[in-house]
Amino acid sequence: MGVSIEVDKLNAWFGKTQALYDITMKVAANHATAIIGPSGCGKSTFVRCLNRMHETVPEARAAGSVHIGELNVYNGSSAVQIRRRIGMVFQKPNPFPTMSIYDNVAAGLKLNGYNNRKKLDEIVERSLKLSALWDEVKDTLRKKSGASLSGGQQQRLCIARALAVEPEVLLMDEPCSALDPISTGKIEELIYQLKERFTIVIVTHNMQQAYRVAEFTGFFLLGKLIEFDKTEKIFTTPSDKRTEDYITGRFG
Amino acid sequence: MPGPQPGAKSEVALSLEVNAPPLRSSRYSPLGDQIFTWAMLACGLCVLALVGLIIYELVTKSSNSWHAFGMNFFFRSEWDPVNEQFGAFPFVYGTIVSSLLALVIAVPLAIGVAVFITEMSPGWLRSPLAFTTELLAAIPSVIYGLWAIFVLVPLIREYVEPFLARHFGWTGLFEGPAYGIGMLAAGVILAIMVVPIVSSITREVMTAVPRQQREAVLALGATRWEMIRTGVLRNARAGIMGGIILGLGRALGETMAVTMVIGNRPEIAKSLFAPGYTMASVIANEFSEATSDRYLSALVEVGLALFIVTIIINMLAQVLVWTVTRGTPARANV
Repeated sequence: MGVSIEVDKLNAWFGKTQALYDITMKVAANHATAIIGPSGCGKSTFVRCLNRMHETVPEARAAGSVHIGELNVYNGSSAVQIRRRIGMVFQKPNPFPTMSIYDNVAAGLKLNGYNNRKKLDEIVERSLKLSALWDEVKDTLRKKSGASLSGGQQQRLCIARALAVEPEVLLMDEPCSALDPISTGKIEELIYQLKERFTIVIVTHNMQQAYRVAEFTGFFLLGKLIEFDKTEKIFTTPSDKRTEDYITGRFG
Repeated sequence: MPGPQPGAKSEVALSLEVNAPPLRSSRYSPLGDQIFTWAMLACGLCVLALVGLIIYELVTKSSNSWHAFGMNFFFRSEWDPVNEQFGAFPFVYGTIVSSLLALVIAVPLAIGVAVFITEMSPGWLRSPLAFTTELLAAIPSVIYGLWAIFVLVPLIREYVEPFLARHFGWTGLFEGPAYGIGMLAAGVILAIMVVPIVSSITREVMTAVPRQQREAVLALGATRWEMIRTGVLRNARAGIMGGIILGLGRALGETMAVTMVIGNRPEIAKSLFAPGYTMASVIANEFSEATSDRYLSALVEVGLALFIVTIIINMLAQVLVWTVTRGTPARANV
């Protein structure tokens, strides 16, 4: 089951440049929340702060409070611990090229010390079914490398890899921006089903996508959260002029 | 610049085409390209010719000893210039054992150096460290040899060999008198010379592993070590193997430093404390004293043996790389 995320006064920097200013928002459990905004507005930085991936960039740091379920992300838990409970899917599909499809999905479990062969088989199958890739790869699970799949399949493989460890939250950083419309459609459909089991935060460049998959939408501009509301409301009657300008395509 | 009227667009384009000077047809001449092609072909053929000539020389100049000993030359242990009895086996053995010993010591060290430089060292220390490692590769081998005689050999004699004999003597690899000079010293000095090669290549391929791969592992909740192992070393392994092969090549052919510390005795002993001899060393040491035709011819045949051993080991290494990287796409073999 998914858990809710509470972000309070989150600030982030790259060296001396501030990338996020006092972000405060509450992400509801078992729903999809979209983060939209023009390039460079801090939306990727925001999701990367949720699982502390932001600080893996040299000289980058973040401050503020983030609670994911009962976990206090920036106080009292280690980054490794947090990342084991939060799955992440990146902009560019990044399967491990030296591993088979099976090993790609099992990678996170093996890091967690799972060795039971039967259990692994089960979880790999379930994860690949969840990510709607099973039928396409079940005959070549151990023979083919993760990198031999098409771009859309690779991204679904990465989703399966993230889901295999049964995270409570799934972060998706523009998961469809490198994909064709058909693969994009498959992944959106997937998001729709996955939110029954996980809390999903999806960064997207594509406003229609946000509208299609998310119940809540946050609009970022220049590192600030301008507006956060029900998707319906953001796209029909936004309360901020800047949101309206962006939604209607006046800039961005 | 004011844009043309929509109606006039095609006309403008048309007139441009007509007035454009025929640049391509006047400047292009196939001759330059042909000369380039032939010149590059000549360069490529040079390499083949060079190898061909080397083989030809080695084979013809060693015919005397070949006729006397035949195939047995490579498996005989006798090396007696006075009675003109020659066999290359102790040299082949010495070369292979000292090189492998060097790799056993050097490879973990070199990979450790590369991992520290690329993944863990603070930014200000990174380039001085990388520079110093590469500097090690530029030191002439005779300097390494001298250093080994005055510093390394006494150290090995006084501390390392007694220690090894006490704790690992039961393996049989570390027994007999501790001279300092011998196979162990040769292996260690070769290892020091091989480390910079292996580690700088490892560093290059590790840096080439894309950041997305590291992030993929980190996001799964990997510790730093797990990230380096799964996200970096695993992706870089083909390149690292390449670096090890280059290092092995250096160790097999190294002459001066090894000659100065290996003891130069054509014997085969199980103990690494015992002196030995390598193919490169025997050629360098005895070439000027080889007075008889058969002696000279035997030395050339040792050279031929070195050539063959190098080729065989390189082929084995290629097979190894191929088995390790089989099934992975070219993208991983950065």
